[in-house]
Amino acid sequence: MNNIQKNRLKDQIFKIWGIGCTLFGLVILFFFIGDILIDGIQRIDWSFITDLPSRKAEKSGIYTALMGSIWILCLTTVIALPIGIAAGIYLEEYSKKGKLSALLEINISNLAGVPSIIYGLLGLEVFVRIMSLGASVLAGSLTLSLLILPIIIVATREAIKAVPTSIKDASYALGASKWQTIWYQILPASSGGILTGVILALSRAVGETAPLIVIGALAYVPFAPSTPMDEFSVLPIQIFNWISRPQHGFIENAAAAIIILLLITFVMNGIAVYFRNKWQKKLK
Amino acid sequence: MKKQILIILVAVIALSCGENKKSSESSNSEMLSGTIQVDGSSTVFPVTEAVAEEYRTEQPDVKVTIGVSGTGGGFKKFSRGETNISNASRPIKDIEIEACKENNITYVELEVAYDGLAVLVNPENTWVDSFTIEELKKIWEPAAQGKIMKWNQIRPEWPNEEIHLFGPGVASGTYDYFTEAIVGKSGSSRGDFTASEDDHVLVQGIAGDKYSLGFFGLAYYTENADKLTLIGVHNGTEVVKPTLETVSNGTYKPLSRPLFIYVNSTSVKSPEVVDFVNFYLNNAGELAEDVGYIPLPADIYKKQIENFKTFVESNK
Repeated sequence: MNNIQKNRLKDQIFKIWGIGCTLFGLVILFFFIGDILIDGIQRIDWSFITDLPSRKAEKSGIYTALMGSIWILCLTTVIALPIGIAAGIYLEEYSKKGKLSALLEINISNLAGVPSIIYGLLGLEVFVRIMSLGASVLAGSLTLSLLILPIIIVATREAIKAVPTSIKDASYALGASKWQTIWYQILPASSGGILTGVILALSRAVGETAPLIVIGALAYVPFAPSTPMDEFSVLPIQIFNWISRPQHGFIENAAAAIIILLLITFVMNGIAVYFRNKWQKKLK
Repeated sequence: MKKQILIILVAVIALSCGENKKSSESSNSEMLSGTIQVDGSSTVFPVTEAVAEEYRTEQPDVKVTIGVSGTGGGFKKFSRGETNISNASRPIKDIEIEACKENNITYVELEVAYDGLAVLVNPENTWVDSFTIEELKKIWEPAAQGKIMKWNQIRPEWPNEEIHLFGPGVASGTYDYFTEAIVGKSGSSRGDFTASEDDHVLVQGIAGDKYSLGFFGLAYYTENADKLTLIGVHNGTEVVKPTLETVSNGTYKPLSRPLFIYVNSTSVKSPEVVDFVNFYLNNAGELAEDVGYIPLPADIYKKQIENFKTFVESNK
């Protein structure tokens, strides 16, 4: 065997190893989804969506938890989206490169790595106690907004960085002001990337349990929130609660609720992919 | 149209009042409204949830919300006056009593049900028929770590095989309670056992290992009775297995514990809280059984109701 053959063999081996690595995650994911589907799919029907929680597994539903999750999702978007995007634009376009901006940058990256339960403790002290919002939907959304802000900021900056300088230069050459350039050129060109980041951040928020348990989100609420000041429960808490019950029926309920939660995140990821493709085409 | 709805409503209310004879003594005939905030132990949660669910048909306008911050977390909120009722799987601690005093919170402690701890082995285990407290202590105490590793170290006639231990995670109240009752000090045990916060994992572990030994809440055994063997514990006079009867009459000692709710004095000024707690005490027995716990004897429920009544009167 000469050198060339040896190298080709190495190449082949690495290729197979790479395929194995790629499949590893996928196989486990499919195994997990399959297992959940077998356990939970027959439990899902309309009444499962519209019923209140109950001590009897077969009478229980996810109505209040689902409505709580939807409320949290909408409010978190309303709070985190403008703040995150504005901060991203500022850092990328306005801030002067210096020690301060370097410090800001490091801290934002650090924030993205802080365990979510720490945000819960922060939310409990600041929003629930000091601002006396109580364990309300608003307090929960503010806490989760803090949690996903770093992700949105980083995504916004990356998306803006990816906008070709030629577009900016052309805009300035035509006499547009900085604001006009950002509003009419940079934002539209980067919105695909920004939206992808935002939606991925929100799919993370919808699966969070720990910070919401810490701020005092409830395990049993007999009503869906009707104002941002109402108390609430969310799907992950309902799932967590059901999994710790001895009766087998609750395990099925948990599996069924996991399917609904997975559906929500899949749909959101789907929307993210759709937007990315759409905007990319536009750019070309 | 409106009239029809009204008639149907009246009929429904009349029906539901008629059906719930057991609770009619506790409920006001008037309709109440308001919110009642409950937080605390996740062990007590299923009982309170069941009561809240039934209470919904009784007083649909009273909104009962329940959190699961844990017994300690629940008392923290309770001592700040943030909740009306606290679920607890152990009595309130001195430090928590202090916190309540600082904020001028007085309260009443009410027992609502019993929870039994079951000691279990694999069904293929033919040699164990019972344990004494001393034997359990010998197996689980901190000094046993790395030393008591084989079945024949407990009783010489048992096999010369490794013993595999399973138990709830150290953060759970069940673990606290077991160590307190067996080892004598809450939270103190050997560390080399398979611990899981998910009791289903413990069930799987014991069911799949011939030389296993473990403990967890009785409700998990009841749901998995075909996969596990329940072992009786010597209470000083005789060997007793945990059942509805032995836990309820107190002969299954020391591995059964009462579950509590705590109600604060400002809350009992609201009629809906008083009505809810009365409804709770009147129905807890039946509902506790529904969710896998064990009802108190009837006379103890009666005593709780009386205690609560005096507490309400003294805080009027």
